Amino acid sequence: MNNRENIIEIKNVSKSFGDKCILNNVSISVKQGEFLTLLGPSGCGKTTLLRMIAGFGSPDSGEILINGTDITDMPPHERPVNTVFQRYALFPHLDVYENIAFGLKLHKVPEDEIDKRVRKVLKMVSMTDYEDRDVESLSGGQQQRVAIARAIVNQPKVLLLDEPLSALDLKMRKDMQIELKEMHRKLGITFIYVTHDQEEALTLSDTIVVLDNGDIKQIGTPTDIYNEPQNAFVADFIGESNILNGKMIKDKLVEFAGHEFECVDEGFGENVDVDVVVRPEDIYITNKVESAQFTAKVKSCTFKGVHYEMFVDTDKGYELMIQDYNAFEPDTEVGLIIRPADIQVMHKERSVNTYEGEIISENKVKFLNAEWECEPQTEFEPGQKVNVSVNFSNVDLIDHPEDGTLEGEVYFLLYKGNHYHLTVMTDHREYIWVDTNDIWDKGDLVGINIAPKDIKITKLDD
Amino acid sequence: MTKRSTWALPYAIFLVLFVALPLILIMFYAFRDAGGDFTFGNFVKFFTDKDAIETFALSLEVAIENTGICILLGYPAAWILANKKLNKSAVTIVLFIMPMWINALMRTLATAELFNVLGFQLGKGTLLAGMVYDYLPFMIYPIYNILEKMDKSYAEAASDLGATPWQVFWKVQVPLSMPGVISGIMMVFMPTVSTFAISEFLTNNKIKLFGTIIQENINSGMWNYGAALSLVMLVIIGITSLLQDSKKNLNEGRV
Repeated sequence: MNNRENIIEIKNVSKSFGDKCILNNVSISVKQGEFLTLLGPSGCGKTTLLRMIAGFGSPDSGEILINGTDITDMPPHERPVNTVFQRYALFPHLDVYENIAFGLKLHKVPEDEIDKRVRKVLKMVSMTDYEDRDVESLSGGQQQRVAIARAIVNQPKVLLLDEPLSALDLKMRKDMQIELKEMHRKLGITFIYVTHDQEEALTLSDTIVVLDNGDIKQIGTPTDIYNEPQNAFVADFIGESNILNGKMIKDKLVEFAGHEFECVDEGFGENVDVDVVVRPEDIYITNKVESAQFTAKVKSCTFKGVHYEMFVDTDKGYELMIQDYNAFEPDTEVGLIIRPADIQVMHKERSVNTYEGEIISENKVKFLNAEWECEPQTEFEPGQKVNVSVNFSNVDLIDHPEDGTLEGEVYFLLYKGNHYHLTVMTDHREYIWVDTNDIWDKGDLVGINIAPKDIKITKLDD
Repeated sequence: MTKRSTWALPYAIFLVLFVALPLILIMFYAFRDAGGDFTFGNFVKFFTDKDAIETFALSLEVAIENTGICILLGYPAAWILANKKLNKSAVTIVLFIMPMWINALMRTLATAELFNVLGFQLGKGTLLAGMVYDYLPFMIYPIYNILEKMDKSYAEAASDLGATPWQVFWKVQVPLSMPGVISGIMMVFMPTVSTFAISEFLTNNKIKLFGTIIQENINSGMWNYGAALSLVMLVIIGITSLLQDSKKNLNEGRV
């Protein structure tokens, strides 16, 4: 696959709507014949990026190349790509046959060839007897098939699919996933697929691009993304996971949940703070407490069909999720074992909040677009730029936004075994990260306070 | 009778008094002679009277011309109004719709006065100009409405499939906006067929339309002949509205 040429190159593409950054310097290469998925939560910029490839909306900066040709400013009708729209957008004034033949007629393909090609794709999407039907009379799944047929009949170089299965029910979605995969194999054309459904992405893709808030979080094969997430966001977004704070003691030895574990990771340095991911199915749970690495007490046990899902409290007070084929009753003492290869160690993106600030007066400093009281200091002059840092655990969140020095919204939350790690977006679209034991929900509006003694001011290092 | 259905009573009374009863009376008078005996004479008189037939034909001609001009002027206007890139303000829409708020008679009188002042010869030209002025908003509004609500993913899908902006317009947006055009035709064509005040004022009664002769006959006490002519006109209007019904069935739930 490596020697195949890149059919699409997205180079340093950025886009903002107003002051909201939708895409932030995104670069992706797509190989000929690849099934690439743009995966991320709603509002991460995946649809905007797909629409740019189709020609609806242009980047503020950066360029998009197809087969080496810059198409950034090319109008949609000249691009060698076709799109399957989220809500299909089948033409209601045309029947199934006419919908599929629409693109071919525009390209002045001879009538008998149109007929041949339309019938061929109808067969491919198993809609052979529906050619005279009114598109409005079709079910969601059938409309979906017609939408795919209408796009692939034009033999595009690249097929763009914008959450094409999101309107279908679960059973239908699973069937269509298999058919899409099969279609991709038969046609040999490049698919770029947008979805927020991680399972769909894992099932279908050759390559997954995980996007969040306009940034690429990771690019990799489904197995890479699942087994070796590069950061807490990817680990949390793809599948179930236990994400804990840890410390890399030395190569191949990591400490988390109050215990030291052998692992396979190297090159982090000694005594470095890291994030550790352990998938719930990778924790071995046993009755033999003596031979285990550490012990825990089962808190809850739920039957999930194939496996049981258990929450346990470890001997050092961490909560872990475990999936196993055997059930362990609540209140049972159990032994836990984690194999070195199943421990995924990740660099921490940050270990403390740091901002560039400005001294306002002896006991006032401005950062995050707000003025904060700090401990009296004489080292810096008013107006001087300084470095401000605040520990995650020293940020207080309060229920009433108006009572805080700054107002914000809980944007993302991560459970780290014994506390929550929150990403809070301020009213000025900046972020502050918070460690807390309180339970907040995504989207909660909060007030943000920081005690004067917890604001650390240091000289701005340039 | 349940409690809820009693709420319909006022409307039922209204419909009987002002819709059903007049229609029955028109039917009654149309098939009676002055003495009150059953006859087809009124219709025979109409279809054998060359002048009446000519007036009827002229009325249809004027109505068709007026409707045609209204489509030619109204569609582009509605298009521009519905296009967010070209029209960023809701005020422009109000400016186009505003004439509808003013009494048609007053507008017609004012138009006639305007033509007099400008020294135009009153005739078919001024008649058509006045009619277009009067009815244009009724064409723009339904078309604007449908264009404005049209899902823009249809246009995107078409251009994605290789349609130039011009092809997108003709192959997707025009066909999808047809229900709006049909509504516009109903709202312009039907009232133009029966109009009489506009022709009276804007041609100084030089041109008589079908509505005018109905009015003249009724005014001069010829109720039976007037009723027969009204019935002919109702049939024409009925045929036009059939056009809309068949389109409606075709397009049900589409746009």
